[in-house]
Amino acid sequence: MTQQINISQIKGRVTRNKIYKGIFILAISLAMLALATLLYRILSQGLGYLSIDFLKNYPAPYIEEAGIFAGLMGSVFMMCITAPVSIILGVSTALYLEEYATQNRFTRFIQVNVQNLAGIPSIVFGLLGLTLFVYLLAMGYTLIAGALTMSLLVLPVIVVASQEAIRSVPKEIREASIAMGATKWQTIWRIVLPASIPGIITGAILALSRAIGETAPPLIIVGAAAAIYTIPDSFLSKYTVMPIQIYSWTARPQEEWQFVAAAGIIVLLAILLCMNAVAVWIRNKFQKRY
Amino acid sequence: MVNKQSTANISVQDMIKQNKKKKNIGNGIEKFVPIFLLLCAIVSVLTTIGILFTLLRETFSFFSDVSLVDFYFGTHWSPWTDHFGGVAPLIAGTLLISFIAICVAVPIGLASAIYLSEYATERTRKVIKPILEVLAGIPTVVYGFFALTFVSPLLGNIFSEMRIFNALSAGIVVGIMIIPMIASLSEDAMSAVPHSLRDGGALGLGATRFEVAIKVVLPAALSGIIASIVLALSRAVGETMIVTIAAGATPNLTFNPTESIQTLTAFIVQGATGDTSFHSIIYKSIYAVGFTLFIFTLIMNILSQYISRRFKEDY
Repeated sequence: MTQQINISQIKGRVTRNKIYKGIFILAISLAMLALATLLYRILSQGLGYLSIDFLKNYPAPYIEEAGIFAGLMGSVFMMCITAPVSIILGVSTALYLEEYATQNRFTRFIQVNVQNLAGIPSIVFGLLGLTLFVYLLAMGYTLIAGALTMSLLVLPVIVVASQEAIRSVPKEIREASIAMGATKWQTIWRIVLPASIPGIITGAILALSRAIGETAPPLIIVGAAAAIYTIPDSFLSKYTVMPIQIYSWTARPQEEWQFVAAAGIIVLLAILLCMNAVAVWIRNKFQKRY
Repeated sequence: MVNKQSTANISVQDMIKQNKKKKNIGNGIEKFVPIFLLLCAIVSVLTTIGILFTLLRETFSFFSDVSLVDFYFGTHWSPWTDHFGGVAPLIAGTLLISFIAICVAVPIGLASAIYLSEYATERTRKVIKPILEVLAGIPTVVYGFFALTFVSPLLGNIFSEMRIFNALSAGIVVGIMIIPMIASLSEDAMSAVPHSLRDGGALGLGATRFEVAIKVVLPAALSGIIASIVLALSRAVGETMIVTIAAGATPNLTFNPTESIQTLTAFIVQGATGDTSFHSIIYKSIYAVGFTLFIFTLIMNILSQYISRRFKEDY
């Protein structure tokens, strides 16, 4: 009698396990279904409008003539400033924290500060850029003001990624280099940096690809415009970037513009995909295991 | 012979001199580099100071024109007619969006994390985790487009009184956006629970996988899970593009998700893109709103760090 109760009890527990496993699988499928729907919608809406002309044209009042060239080039030019500035600042900060800084209050403060910076909404960085670069430094609504704002935004991500890469270089090869008579900087320049550069580059590419996709909130604040009919010819010219173009097309009331926006999104996603693929490739190819 | 020796002597002396020179340059570099690196590290500190300074400066000057009590406790917000009586509608909009997002993301994210860490085989994990990472890498402007052109019309079929711009579809899509964050951070926390607890302690005594997940792993990883949820919540509060595109631009003190609303972030975008001149009252008001937003997210980030540090269980 008691044995039977026990068996039915165990059966109940086993079935419950199975039911909940089903629920968990259902939940994770829902998340993936959302991704699939999103990609399918965008591809089905945008592919028809995607053409060479779309890549070469400037924004236009008519759907047939509208293109993403200004946004594309704007994003490229912006990266030409943002990438060097943020990588030099970020890697230097990481080197200081990992190699030179002594464990004191100030070091911990910088470390906590970097973490907190990463959690600040990007639009707040836009407000900083608006006051600091656009008004106080009198740059106006220009490419350089936008690019510097973006540099500050991606800085914490690059610092954290570089720190991890530098930390993964084992102590032994550092000590070996010092023991051979190399100075501290020689060790860093010739041993630590070459060993950690794949990790740093991977982190930097991922951070910059995020910057290309997520530029919209801060750049709207520091004045990237949507109606730009030239590509930037200097640091001080007006500019637009891809997410801003897509935003302005999405915000138009006529439904046909959705298809143009979808085509723009395909271009944006394709670029992000390529950058991520390069990052993964570098990580796999150059990653040394010590 | 003598001559040769002297040249040799000179060249050795030269070499020594040159070496000294090199060493001097080397010493110079050794001294200069740490200073340069320190200066770069200080840029990140200056950024924080800059953010605090700009926000506080404009906020103070805003509050010299508008009373602080009115701003935080009034209920009539229509800045374009000079009524700054209350950010309450904007805060309500932000909370509504965050609440909907959390309702979507916590169950799905947690269930995904439990599945990945407790049920899935190594092979399934290797397939599913990158897919979730793709979900995390999609730009928010794309999510905004999705919310406006797909989710909103879809929900419009279900709720008849639904506006095109509404809190529900924006909130759901913000939720989808933060699923990967909750899933991967919670999974990290669960994976950190040692296998000896699962295998020896529970599975070996005859518990099912579900019982292990709920009664052993979940309590042990609770601090990490809560920290991930708080962090995701702060992302939802600071999220800008989705709500600007899909939630509308009507400051509205309502908790009805089918209505059009406006969040703190969406107002900043609207205020900055309109014809606002430097030092106009609207220009100042976006800083006051930005400061409010900054305080909200800062508290949540610190809370998240505190929870994961304070309640971390070490094995």
